[in-house]
Order: sequence, then C-alpha cells, then structure tokens
Amino acid sequence: MDLLYFAWVRETVGRSQERVMPPDHVATVADLLDWLAADSEAHRTAFADRARLRAAVDQQFVPLDASLAGAREVAIFPPVTGG
Amino acid sequence: MIRILVDPAPIDIAAEMALAEAGPDDGGAGAVATFTGLVRTDDGVDTLELEHYPGATEAALRSLAEQATTRWALHAATIVHRVGPMRAGERIVFVAAAAAHRAAALEACAYLIDRLKTDAPFWKREVRGGVATWVEARHGDEAAAARWSTE
Repeated sequence: MDLLYFAWVRETVGRSQERVMPPDHVATVADLLDWLAADSEAHRTAFADRARLRAAVDQQFVPLDASLAGAREVAIFPPVTGG
Repeated sequence: MIRILVDPAPIDIAAEMALAEAGPDDGGAGAVATFTGLVRTDDGVDTLELEHYPGATEAALRSLAEQATTRWALHAATIVHRVGPMRAGERIVFVAAAAAHRAAALEACAYLIDRLKTDAPFWKREVRGGVATWVEARHGDEAAAARWSTE
C-alpha cells in the first residue's frame, strides 16, 4: 500500500510518501493512523489531532472510518485550501 | 467543452476567455460568467505557494466541471488553477461557465468556485517576511459549498 502525505502532514511526518504492508487488523484509515503512530514519533505528532486530518483512498475523499479493503493508495492531509 | 488545467505557469485570461467563448463546435452559448481569484495584497503576504495532489486534483476538478455541465446545460466549463510559488496580486484560479443565458452561467460559475474550495486537493502556504505558515481552512467555505447540495 502506498501512502502519500501533503502540506504540514508531509512536513511533520518528514516524507512525502512511503510503502507499507499493514497487518490484517488494520481495517480502516483510522486504524492505519494508529498503526503508523505506534512506532514513530513523527507519525504520532502528525496524527495527534484527528479533527485536523482528511484522507483519500485511491484518490477519492473518504472519512477516517472508511474501509481500506482493496486500497492501493492512501493519502493523508489537512483540510483543503485551494481557490 | 470541459477544460481543466493545473499548472505552475501564470494564467492567461485572454486565451482562456477565448476558449470558453468559442465552446464546442455547435456554438449556442449566449453568456459566459467568470471568476478570477488573486493572491491577496492586503495582508503582508510576500509569496503564496500552492501544493496539490497530482492526478487526484485534476480528477476532482473534472468531476466538478462535469456535474456543473449536466446541471446547467453548459456549453463550456473551464477551471484553471495555478500551483507552485506566486506573488501577491497574481492570479491563483480562473473559472468560466458558458451557457445559453446569464442565470445558468452565473450560477454555474459560483458553483464551480464554491465547490472547488472544499472538493479539490490544494493546500496554500503563505510566506510573510521569510516565515512560512500553512493556511487554515475556513468554516465559511464549507457552508458556501453546502448550499449547492441538491438533496
């Protein structure tokens, strides 16, 4: 599974992308954030306030409780500010 | 005709207007409404940087343009968004909607820019006096986008 980070999430995590193989119990985006935060101070800091995070699974915006079933690309980012 | 462009180059309004006015080959548009967003000059920002999610951004903009085209029977829908660094006073975004009559063109134009604010993955970072800060999303943007919900 490819992970992409944008804006301050990217800066806080310290990278723009990474490839991971989460275990079976990681079923949702929120589970993925918990799993990533468990072993990494940078991820823990970036994901500390879930209300400030948004996600996309395979380039579609989804809520954080969305399923990861079949997901190939997951993006984590702050609320968007274009226009 | 749908035109989507996400590009670091400055936005060429004259060229984009000509495309929107020309529309598809069958013609028939009697009205073109446009919106231009500029980097604000009134709050001390030296440079604005726009980050985006390549691929997903273009897909989100195309989906918005398709929805607007269906809802208002548009002849042309254009969304051009600049990315990368830009200076105060420069254009960030240009939206155009061409329709048979003005009401549809004006409504569709407002719809496109309102929904772009909440539905397209862009992030702004402002640099003031050498200090960079990420722009926070505005609650008003959610409300502006929500008024277009059809249900």
